Amino acid sequence: MPDNVANSPLLEVDDLRTTFTIPTGDVKAVRGVSFTLDRGRTLGIVGESGSGKTVLARSIMRLNLGTNVTTTGTAAFDGNDVLTRSPSEMRQLWGSEMAMVFQDPMTSLNPLVRVQRQVTEHLCRHLNLNRSEARQAAVDLLREVRIPDPDTRLRSFPHELSGGMRQRVCIAVALACEPSLLFADEPTTALDVTVQHQILNLLSREQADREMAMVLVTHDLGVVAGRTDDTMVMYAGTVAEYAPTVSLFADMRHPYSEALMRSIPLTSFPSHTRLAAITGRPPDLIDPPTGCAFSPRCPYVQDHCVNEAPPLVEIDDPAHRLACWTPVGSPEALTAFEKNLAAGLPQAVAVDVSTTWSPTGGVDG
Amino acid sequence: MGSFIAIRLVRLVATLLAVSFLTFLLVNLLPGDAINALIPIEAQQDQEYVAQVRAEWGLNDPMLVRYGKWLGDAVRGDLGESIVTSRAVSSEIAHRIPVTGELMIVTVVFSVLMAVPLGVMSAYREGSRLDQVISGGAQFALSVPGFVAGLLFIYVFAMKLGWFPATGWTRISNSISGNLMTVTLPALSLSVIEVAVYARVVRSDLVTTLKEDYILSARSKGLRDGFILFRHALRPSSLTLITVVGLNIGLLLGGTVVVEFLFALPGLGKRLLDAIFQRDFMMVQGITVFVAMVYVVVNTLVDLVYLVVDPRIRKAD
Repeated sequence: MPDNVANSPLLEVDDLRTTFTIPTGDVKAVRGVSFTLDRGRTLGIVGESGSGKTVLARSIMRLNLGTNVTTTGTAAFDGNDVLTRSPSEMRQLWGSEMAMVFQDPMTSLNPLVRVQRQVTEHLCRHLNLNRSEARQAAVDLLREVRIPDPDTRLRSFPHELSGGMRQRVCIAVALACEPSLLFADEPTTALDVTVQHQILNLLSREQADREMAMVLVTHDLGVVAGRTDDTMVMYAGTVAEYAPTVSLFADMRHPYSEALMRSIPLTSFPSHTRLAAITGRPPDLIDPPTGCAFSPRCPYVQDHCVNEAPPLVEIDDPAHRLACWTPVGSPEALTAFEKNLAAGLPQAVAVDVSTTWSPTGGVDG
Repeated sequence: MGSFIAIRLVRLVATLLAVSFLTFLLVNLLPGDAINALIPIEAQQDQEYVAQVRAEWGLNDPMLVRYGKWLGDAVRGDLGESIVTSRAVSSEIAHRIPVTGELMIVTVVFSVLMAVPLGVMSAYREGSRLDQVISGGAQFALSVPGFVAGLLFIYVFAMKLGWFPATGWTRISNSISGNLMTVTLPALSLSVIEVAVYARVVRSDLVTTLKEDYILSARSKGLRDGFILFRHALRPSSLTLITVVGLNIGLLLGGTVVVEFLFALPGLGKRLLDAIFQRDFMMVQGITVFVAMVYVVVNTLVDLVYLVVDPRIRKAD
């Protein structure tokens, strides 16, 4: 989609850092993330649990509740930094300019409030609609998100709807005031597989129809494939790789991106194929590693990786940015892998025994 | 939903039967013969007269037979008559209940009206100085028994400031303002602990609710904090409060006995106390069963209130 609506980016995040202070120390959940998002464009943020993707989204929306959170850096929305705005200024933005679809539709709707009020209450506040106008708007919204029989559904309580229906209601809530930026935080993780596609398609369609910018947060590379303009792979609160989605999938350079890719099962695999799990656990964010955060789990790790964190730099394609000393497919990576395999490093061995992968980079089959 | 109500009605009847039987048993086990209350000591020399009175009151029958008779009358609304005053127990109760009933209703309403805003403020500013003051105050109030609060209020508001009468009762039919004057201090005395209990319950439930995803999602819609607190968070946080209010009715009934005594109010609690001292077993029996009935009915109503508050229970049945 061409970004011809305006010249300035809608969202410009620069060196965003979010820290939670807990009794055992400071959890550095987001450690310096920068990116820009143009109007009407879509960005996928991918990473495993604890990679900081949800905290990043909530930090930009200023929805990290609690007094123990500090966020530094800037997140300019429409040219103005949201991080310095007052709570009442944020309330003007929330719902009307920025909206969020949450992970679990079972818990993100109030169980004791009928669908109608949940869909209309912010309409009344932001757009000053009266009751009957708001009701009509709600019916239209439910129809738009493909909820059959909207009049009856408005009178339902959330528990009377299925998971997919509830997520549709949540999407209707988020879209109600026509925001220019939508965060979808793992919108399909809690849903049945059969419903996941419908919800993702609904989000894509609404995003395109409304020329709304969307940030799709997910742990599943398969979700962003073919749906987002750009993809950002996050690991341990930092950006590992950032590229247009098409070029990322064509030429995946970060060992972590590659590891995520390797963990996607394909129907072309023979039965009982063992997926290559990523060995080890994500690093402790109270005391993150000095070098590359992925180095303790990386099959291509070398001494340099442990000692110095790689910066996020453009590689051959200027739109493709990477933070890695030994990119996948490079001769250095191959040498490092042979060396690590010989030394019996578990992460290298795990990759080697996996039948689905060859060390030349990429997935077989 | 139909069976939800049916089950509770069956439970209500079973509870009343059990309570009335146990009360009957206990009153019979009380030391002292009922005959002492019926005829003066001197007249008890006359064995024939004593035997006649015993037969008249059915005191010679086995306990189960007497209970059966009493129960038969009770279901028809006849709780017997007072041994001491010879007035019908039911009419004594009817005469006294407006005092105790009003005292309790005023106490509960006042306590809830005080406790909810305190609990909400405390939860909204969890961990702040305000929260600490409210929680600390509640902790202190919990340790003040009703009669201590009552004595303090009498001293300050009745004797020093002279705003309210120290004792006595004006019936609402005589003077509404006079009635309010006489109910204020007793109700306040009973409220001290109630407010503390309710505020703590509201706070702890609300603190949990405010961490729910749907509160975050309400915030992300740009709703005002006050709206979120009262229109989204309070109702899911009120189930424990409703339960505790219902259960506390029993505690409160106990509390009224002391407070009615302290403020010399002509209520049910005062009457029960007198009846116990006078070995007026019909009166004790009648009042106890009545109080038990109120308690059970209130708690059954509380169960029904859940249906109103939480639509999921309506469905779950």
